[in-house]
Amino acid sequence: MIPLLVILGIVAVLVFIFIGIYNGLVRRRNQVKNAWAQIDVQLKRRYDLIPNLMETVKGYMTHERETLDSVTKARNLAQQVPGGDVGARSKAETELSSALSRLLVVVENYPDLKANQNFLALQEELASTENKISFSRQFYNDTVLRLNNQIQMFPSNVVAAITGFTAGDFFELTATAEREAPKVSF
Amino acid sequence: MWEQIRSNQIRSVVLVIGMGVLLLTVGFFIGLSFFDSGTVGLVIALVLWAVLNLIGYFQGDSILLTLSRAKKISRDDHPRLFNVVEEMKIASGLEKMPDIYIIDDPALNAFATGRDPSRASVAITSGLLDRLNRDELQGVIAHEISHIKNRDVLLMALTAILLGSIVMLAWYGTRMLFFSSIGGRRSSSGGGQAQIIILVVGLVFIILAPIFAQFIYFAISRKREYLADASSALYTRYPEGLASALEKLGASTGQLKTANKATAPMYIINPFRKKGMAASNLSATHPPLKERVRILRSMAGGASFSQYDQAYRQVHKTQTGMISATTIAAVGAASLRGAKAEEPTQVKEPSHVERTRETADMLYRLNKYKTITCACGTKLKVPPRFKDNTIRCPHCGRVHRVK
Repeated sequence: MIPLLVILGIVAVLVFIFIGIYNGLVRRRNQVKNAWAQIDVQLKRRYDLIPNLMETVKGYMTHERETLDSVTKARNLAQQVPGGDVGARSKAETELSSALSRLLVVVENYPDLKANQNFLALQEELASTENKISFSRQFYNDTVLRLNNQIQMFPSNVVAAITGFTAGDFFELTATAEREAPKVSF
Repeated sequence: MWEQIRSNQIRSVVLVIGMGVLLLTVGFFIGLSFFDSGTVGLVIALVLWAVLNLIGYFQGDSILLTLSRAKKISRDDHPRLFNVVEEMKIASGLEKMPDIYIIDDPALNAFATGRDPSRASVAITSGLLDRLNRDELQGVIAHEISHIKNRDVLLMALTAILLGSIVMLAWYGTRMLFFSSIGGRRSSSGGGQAQIIILVVGLVFIILAPIFAQFIYFAISRKREYLADASSALYTRYPEGLASALEKLGASTGQLKTANKATAPMYIINPFRKKGMAASNLSATHPPLKERVRILRSMAGGASFSQYDQAYRQVHKTQTGMISATTIAAVGAASLRGAKAEEPTQVKEPSHVERTRETADMLYRLNKYKTITCACGTKLKVPPRFKDNTIRCPHCGRVHRVK
């Protein structure tokens, strides 16, 4: 009788530990989802800002067709990537970031544009959106790291394997060489 | 983040319990001296504390903001500040955007308030907006947001209230003891020596209690400052921003007019210091600024808690760090980044003069001044209590209609 009770007790404790770890994993996974939603909000905000920027810049930059087109193209491409595909999304967004930064570097050659109040406000918004993207990316990656640690470390890896948790993908913007600051030649 | 908040809380809870015991003992002695019953004193102390707590919990943030004459601003009033706060809100993973308040004061200071992360506010002085560049401002805001995120704000408010109750009780207790002893002993007290000893011990205790309580309060506050600095480095990935901001804050000599003893630990640097004295000289409520800067500057190779802890040990030359091992492990690695201002996509940093003008314009708007632009280029700021219908431009003499 007593051995049976002991075994039952141990099983009960194990079940409780299992439930606790499982709930922890679910919480982490939801945090990752939430963090991803935060990035999404900022990326959408950037898509929305670009047409305004183009409208303002167009009148001044008559010789920069190519730069302007590349921004618009990169934006449209990025918008078409399906939301769940983290890898493809980071590549497209990197493309857009570098196209934008090329444009903002070229702006230096147009003093009239730099004096335009509307443009200045837009530039602040855009720069801040870039920051927000990078901060939300930072937060997302931290959250993914914590989820992945839990999935790979004992004892939570056992629970994760049984209940079918998969490691999250990092959102990298450093993958391509375009991370380097574009050079301006005069 | 939860692990760190928890280990932090245990230490704080011990200190808070210490303060609670102080409060009850003061109440007990007061009861003994006036009502010949310690229980009555205990009840008085508890009731006073409970009432103050209720007020503090529900109205604490608005009382603090009103006392410091802070004005709430919206995105249009100062887009850059608003963006910086939002960036840090995102970096810290805070659910809700805190309200932003401006204190019209040339002194450099900031504080955070609010009882929980979903109902929080950040207040900064206009002097801070003038003097700090974007990276520095970001460091300061990250420091304040981490106070909200780590739930320091509520703890500090509740301990401030505990301190307040002790001070109030002790103040009235000593006054009453003093006057009743002039008026002669009460009839019921014929107890002889034992009672006199209790009275004397009680009196000494009542006088010393507020001082003890203040020490505990400041000890809690100092711990929190280090952790908030570490979190600021983690959120911004750029400890130099906060370090150079703290340096500017430390070099400033302006005294914040609206701060007082009880609210002092809520600010980023101690606002309560002698006029003309640099903030770095006197810091009972806060760790010495120079040391905070040195720790931030010695963070080599990363912005994580483990790097901050290493830097802390290096500066203090001790083996014991200030952040617990579980906290460090929970946060994980974090790499440093360069100054934002050097990135190509960034807006050109406005100069000190431009920033000052921007802040002044915002304050005029907040105070409901009317702006009339004269044909000669002068901007006339008309105060709301201006009664005449016309105003003359002091520059070119043109007459403008008000309204």
